[in-house]
Amino acid sequence: MKMHGKIVILSIGVLSACSTALFSADSAAPPGGGPRPGARDYTPEHPRSLAPYFVPATSTPRAPDKDGFLQRWLLLEPIRKPNRSNIVFTDSYIRDAFYTEYFPNQFTVVPRHGDKVTVAGEELAWHALDTTNFNVKLFRFADGVNKPTYGVIFWAVTVVHCPREMRDVRLAVGSNSASMWWVNGEEAVVLSGDRRMVMDDGVSRRLTLKEGRNIVRGAVINGPGMSDFCVRFIDENGDPITDLTLNVETVAN
Amino acid sequence: MKMRILATVVPVTLLLCLPPSARALEGEPFIHDPSTVVECEGKYYTFGTGGGGLISEDGWTWRGGAVRPGGGAAPDVMKIGDRYLVAYGATGGGLGGGHAGRILTMWNKTLNPESPDFKYSEPVVVASSDGVEDCDAIDPSLFLDPNDGRLWLTYGTYFGFIRIVELDPKTGARVPGNEPVNIAIDCEATALIYRDGWYYLLGTHGTCCDGVNSTYNIRVGRSDKVTGPFVDNMGIDMLRGGGKLVVAANGRLIGPGHFGLIDLGDGVQKFSCHYEADLDRGGRSVLDIRALLWKDGWPVAGEQFMGAVFQIHSERKGYALELAVDFVRMAGGRRGGRGAGRSGEPLTPIPLQTLAEVSTNWPDGNIGLRLGDYMLRPHQKWAVTPVTNAGGYLGSPWFKITIAGTDRTLTATADREVVAAPAFTGAPEQLWRIDQLVDGTFRIMPKAVPGCDEPLALTAIGASTPTLAKFDPESDKARWTFRAP
Repeated sequence: MKMHGKIVILSIGVLSACSTALFSADSAAPPGGGPRPGARDYTPEHPRSLAPYFVPATSTPRAPDKDGFLQRWLLLEPIRKPNRSNIVFTDSYIRDAFYTEYFPNQFTVVPRHGDKVTVAGEELAWHALDTTNFNVKLFRFADGVNKPTYGVIFWAVTVVHCPREMRDVRLAVGSNSASMWWVNGEEAVVLSGDRRMVMDDGVSRRLTLKEGRNIVRGAVINGPGMSDFCVRFIDENGDPITDLTLNVETVAN
Repeated sequence: MKMRILATVVPVTLLLCLPPSARALEGEPFIHDPSTVVECEGKYYTFGTGGGGLISEDGWTWRGGAVRPGGGAAPDVMKIGDRYLVAYGATGGGLGGGHAGRILTMWNKTLNPESPDFKYSEPVVVASSDGVEDCDAIDPSLFLDPNDGRLWLTYGTYFGFIRIVELDPKTGARVPGNEPVNIAIDCEATALIYRDGWYYLLGTHGTCCDGVNSTYNIRVGRSDKVTGPFVDNMGIDMLRGGGKLVVAANGRLIGPGHFGLIDLGDGVQKFSCHYEADLDRGGRSVLDIRALLWKDGWPVAGEQFMGAVFQIHSERKGYALELAVDFVRMAGGRRGGRGAGRSGEPLTPIPLQTLAEVSTNWPDGNIGLRLGDYMLRPHQKWAVTPVTNAGGYLGSPWFKITIAGTDRTLTATADREVVAAPAFTGAPEQLWRIDQLVDGTFRIMPKAVPGCDEPLALTAIGASTPTLAKFDPESDKARWTFRAP
């Protein structure tokens, strides 16, 4: 049993000034609530960290993993969107939530690592990261950058380079919780409701990836609990497409 | 055990015949996150979140009264040797906002709180989560491997991984040096079962604790090793969200979760679970017990059998159970080689033979039974009806079985045969237990046979001859299907 209706506890942390410090040790973040027997807390020996879930993206392009999952992303620090439960994420709710403009050029910008936007008076930074898993653990990202883990919206962008034009491919997404995804500016996948992340949960209609640069953009909303996503392209048979490369700008403007 | 594949038409046909409101158990079966239903000293027990639980004398009518200390959430219980091992989570999966959890186990010689032997041992912690790691140590489930007697415990919820650890079946404590293994994500209330070389990990997906809007459902993956990887029918690892559906909302029951296997032997398996909301009980969370079927190597919930009008079809020869009365020909229709008729002739519907047309010639007293070609006739159509206020057996009420439109009742006799008695008296020899077998067929047993202590089942001892005999799980003789008449 998990109480999804629990109260969201929004902790206001101090933004780390040095991104390298975010990878210094095992992650440690109390999701909220008082101490319990055996509970762990932050200590100098166990500082807050993005490791082992993420490593910094490099300037060297990387391919998807063997199963086609895209593991390099620019992630924006979470935008506060308090929700006590995920059951409110109807189709109309998430469309309203995701099509609200939080920062300029929200649906067109391809940010660089370290770029900053201001949302409701709070400065949020983009992070160029490689996930060490097939999925992108947004809860751990938010925790690692000392931002709220519950009641948030995440924005993610990656640049997919195709060696040739690819027709009839599909974007396949799983997310926790609800999410929307765009490929080259076109809406591709909508996952509404109190979602759990299941690979290939929602799949787009047939798409064409251009030769060269393609932009994949996503937004994930979560109330309480874990949050993550996994994204890949699949072919007509549902098999993963792996002859792609991912590259994001790792140098701040 | 003999494993057979049953054509999917049978349960589908059955489903079409079911009344729209198949309900869960009788009495006050109100519980959340029930432990696997277990039998102790002739009664059935299950424990739930927060302490306490339910007791049933017969498995059909339930009431409160089970006793479990420790509070917390979602316990499980298993009989090991002559003792009962209870596992429970001391915390509540995010209750209060934290994910630091502890799983404890404790023993008791009996589950009967009125027994002088009723005393729980001091609980011991067997697994935990520190609130930071990718796991929340709640929702334990026990599994005793039938191959080697090793005891395992799975636990966890949506916060991170489902994990498995090994326990010592003698002490209930963690095996020294054993490290947890991650086996699934994005589910909770897991349970392991074993069948035909496969370990099956069942997990509850969806939203808990939201009443009639809870999306709880039970899913499964399998592995040839107890520690996984567990993959579903599409080859998706449960570590990537995989899981084949076992049971979802149905009838007026919403949100099944917390699977617990009840293996009764002889090809009868059932499972306990709770529904987040029973629409007939104000949306309260209730216990249920369902048949468990196996199709193509995967478990799936059987239908809640609550009766209707059926042909009762023997798997031995395919004949239908019928009264041994004169076959009455129907009028109309073409005969012989010209039966196909000529193009353009009017197609006049032929009415079914009615009960009134034939029943006046039936004997007044007991009528013998036989098996014959099903011909849509009144003497072959049986009304199967739950008997109210007569109790039941595990997960179901007793049924009476009568020729539709009459009171002529399937009855076990003292010479271990079956007849159609002229009236239903409510006697034990007229109350029938109908269990769905793992292949989707049914076993039909009288509550009692006069002068006989042995449980007997309706059996096609000959292709055309029914009797009562000891159930043979390896044979089609005592397998029956209920089909639309």
